[in-house]
Amino acid sequence: MISIKNVNKWYGSFQVLTDCSTEVKKGEVVVVCGPSGSGKSTLIKCVNALEPFQQGDIVVDNTSIADPRTNLPKLRSRVGMVFQHFELFPHLSISENLTIAQVKVLGRSKDEAIEKGLKLLDRVGLLAHANKHPGQLSGGQQQRVAIARALAMDPVVMLFDEPTSALDPEMVNEVLDVMVQLAQEGMTMMCVTHEMGFARKVADRVIFMDAGQIVEDCPKQAFFGDVSQRSERAQQFLAKILQH
Amino acid sequence: MMDFSAIVPALPGLWDGLLMTLQLMVMGVLGGVVLGTLLALMRLSHNRLLATIAATYVNYFRSIPLLLVITWFYFAVPFILRWITGEDTPVGAFASCLVAFVMFEAAYFCEIVRAGIQAIPRGQMGAAQALGMSYGQTMRLIILPQAFRKMTPLLLQQSIILFQDTSLVYTVGLMDFLNAARSRGDIIGQPHEFLIFAGLVYFTISFAAAQVVKLLQKRLAV
Repeated sequence: MISIKNVNKWYGSFQVLTDCSTEVKKGEVVVVCGPSGSGKSTLIKCVNALEPFQQGDIVVDNTSIADPRTNLPKLRSRVGMVFQHFELFPHLSISENLTIAQVKVLGRSKDEAIEKGLKLLDRVGLLAHANKHPGQLSGGQQQRVAIARALAMDPVVMLFDEPTSALDPEMVNEVLDVMVQLAQEGMTMMCVTHEMGFARKVADRVIFMDAGQIVEDCPKQAFFGDVSQRSERAQQFLAKILQH
Repeated sequence: MMDFSAIVPALPGLWDGLLMTLQLMVMGVLGGVVLGTLLALMRLSHNRLLATIAATYVNYFRSIPLLLVITWFYFAVPFILRWITGEDTPVGAFASCLVAFVMFEAAYFCEIVRAGIQAIPRGQMGAAQALGMSYGQTMRLIILPQAFRKMTPLLLQQSIILFQDTSLVYTVGLMDFLNAARSRGDIIGQPHEFLIFAGLVYFTISFAAAQVVKLLQKRLAV
């Protein structure tokens, strides 16, 4: 579903991604972790071309991002993305947030879009908030709406860029629950997250990045199994985040 | 002794002048905001050429007096039209003044709109694009509506300034409010009374509008 091939990216002369390659198969859940500044958010933003890269290619559902003929907006409409800071549209109501792209990008009728949007809003448990504005919801609620907004586009794959790291601790689980459910339904997912509990529960593979490189790319069992088999950098990282 | 009684019979004429002033202001603001928004998008674009053209435009018009622009367009607009259409096309002082206001104000509105767009978090752009929106859709549906909400007080403030600046059209003979008041005062021989009255009207309208701006600023700040 997603094939990342030898991607290199520079900010000026500073290389942020070095020769990154990996695959995400249909129905697979891949968790990307690593210290801050390791390039994991940058990599996931390359997957829907929000960040350009200079070398290599990423193929999403048989569409090459590096190919200049690719219609990037069209590709993005089929790739769901959830951001660290939710990024709901504050000037629109919750139901408008859920429908605007369905109508303006996919060309669905208003009724169809509303029906779809409300169904998904119900699914994330927020149907009662349809007419509110984002500012009236808690962070966890906003993030659940953001997930519903992405799902409303019927994406072939979902990207999560640290979806819980801007949340108060008591709100993390309500968002993770939605993500777990999504994973169990067979959605193809690529998640940048530090939630190792989530990774243990639903991930098929774990990718560990450091300094712009993919250092580890292995099945969950191997990643959380015998730690001594892992690279030194991954061991240090795991020791730090699993301590508590 | 001041005698203001002569103003009452002159009110219909003064009202016509006030209408012209308001008309110039409203149309100038609308046109200026539209052109200013275009210029702001050009200035923010990655295309160097577009950005340079817009920046030059803005810097030029902000560096010359409005009176000069009005006078210049009064002579230039008929000339340009003749050059385009090949025949004499009378446009009149009103149209040429309006063009001058729109072009002059656009330079100021451009900077307001540009700041407004830049005040919107970058993530909003990313979120809209991630949903498959084109650049145009992102601007039209997501960024500009939020930006305009933020800049409403500044836009109104600039409009109040334009409301006062419309009085400069007397130089090309337009009967705006101030010109109507002055000419009537001159004819009757009571210029002071009419000018004081005109000042009061300008003050009342501008002051009331400024209060509205203050109120809006308070409401939008929450």
